[in-house]
Amino acid sequence: MTAGVAIEVEDLHKQYGDHAAVRGISFRVERGEVFGLLGPNGAGKTTTVEILEGYRARTRGRVAVLGMDPGPRPPALRERIGIVLQSSGLYRHLTVREAVGHWAGLYRAPRDVDETIALIGLEAAAGQRTRTLSGGQQRRLDFALALVGDPELVFLDEPTTGFDPAARRQAWETVRSLRDLGKTVLLTTHYLDEAQALADRVAIVKDGAILAEGAPGDLGSAASRYRVAWRDAAGTLHERETAEPTALLHELTGAALARGEALLDLSVTQPSLEDVYLELTAEPETVA
Amino acid sequence: MSDHALDPVRPARARRAGVRWRHAAWRQYRLERRMFWRNPSAAFFNFLLPLIFLALFGAIFAEQEANLQVIVPGIAGMAVMSTTFSALAMNLTYLRESGVLKRIHGTPLPTSAYLAGIAGNAVTNTAIQVALITVAGTAVFGLEWPHDWLALAVFVALGVVCFAALGVALSHVIPNFDSAPAYVNAAFLPVLFISGVFYDDEEAPAFLGAIAEVLPLKHLIDGLSGAMVTGEGLADHAPALLVLALWAAAGAVLAVRGFSWDARRR
Repeated sequence: MTAGVAIEVEDLHKQYGDHAAVRGISFRVERGEVFGLLGPNGAGKTTTVEILEGYRARTRGRVAVLGMDPGPRPPALRERIGIVLQSSGLYRHLTVREAVGHWAGLYRAPRDVDETIALIGLEAAAGQRTRTLSGGQQRRLDFALALVGDPELVFLDEPTTGFDPAARRQAWETVRSLRDLGKTVLLTTHYLDEAQALADRVAIVKDGAILAEGAPGDLGSAASRYRVAWRDAAGTLHERETAEPTALLHELTGAALARGEALLDLSVTQPSLEDVYLELTAEPETVA
Repeated sequence: MSDHALDPVRPARARRAGVRWRHAAWRQYRLERRMFWRNPSAAFFNFLLPLIFLALFGAIFAEQEANLQVIVPGIAGMAVMSTTFSALAMNLTYLRESGVLKRIHGTPLPTSAYLAGIAGNAVTNTAIQVALITVAGTAVFGLEWPHDWLALAVFVALGVVCFAALGVALSHVIPNFDSAPAYVNAAFLPVLFISGVFYDDEEAPAFLGAIAEVLPLKHLIDGLSGAMVTGEGLADHAPALLVLALWAAAGAVLAVRGFSWDARRR
């Protein structure tokens, strides 16, 4: 995989009238990395991605995609990126192979058309008109059209929203094969398991700002708190949180042994990405 | 220019870019043609409808050569407007709202090459229709062949530019595809009726005539009528050419200014 930076975003702001959709976002995506922007709907993920794709102008901040400013939509940049939009239409009267073939012709050094159709698993539907495809098949065609130009960097904006579980797994396989091909992927999602399953690094976004960033596994332990839970002899559940589980366990077990009791169902857990996510994105309690 | 003489690489690169542009526009044009024929209802409305109109009015005005001489250029003018104005307003609204435009905007395809392909498709439909109507007028209704081919070509070309630009401009104000036919017909049908497509506009009330006089379709039909029937050439229709050119210029400005690749937020 080529070393270097694929995407650099520094203090990005986007204002729509009175509404600040993006408020000072910064992150870097290394080449060959799958980077996830995770957050609830309306967090500013799509706005951020569409600025990087060249669809929207930023209000301020510095942005570099493959070393270029996407603002003026340089053709050299469009040649090297692939875009899967949240939703986009198809030429309804073309077959899958014709659509992929036409898109291949828009790029200077495209991938092989049939190989691309095979990569996303649409061989069986290659001769079908696009309007007859199922939702999942159409999404796979979206992938094919984004990949046939053989891009170095692929943007996936909520690639599996509205999918059934089987279709999601298939889309995930496609993303993993992109990583295996050495592509850089910027993925937005509001599904936690998707970010966890696919992304090398995740940024949690809410209200136009990044709340936490790191590998999905590290985000949990970054909170560096452990939850110790047990039941007493009466069956009542106790929970304590600590940064020092060793000392706490020593204290708890010592006291229990002294009383001649057992700590039933004793467990020590680290907060998962889910706990971190829910904690960070929780709506503040309204003060009465 | 002098820069280019010092730098032999640049003209070569510009030439290659030119070849790529033409190639891209031509591919887009061929794709549009293929999709056009694959949509039978669109193909039907585009080609059969004006011929059916011609056949119906031909039957109504059978043997009345004076009326046939009004209706043939009138239908030709209608054909120019429907293949460019109506078709582009509908198509672009659909392409914008369904997200096809946005998807295309993310590829290296040059915008101008894409629009050239789409416009070329509309122009081809216009040319086929005007040819069909001219041939039918002569072969079926016994009119003479057009008297002034040059004037015919100039008026069709100017009509195409004018109504194509206005059609693109109209698509900017259509909020979604469901309402596109209403917007298009609200503009197309009244203009059709007051511009003397179906009758000699000398017979219309004066106030309608005055409205038609400032709109482009009447002038297109006048020019086509001169070229096809009376033998008046371009020099006799200088004011008509001017009105069409003004509408074309206004349409072009509006078409470019309001252009959106993205679906409207609702």
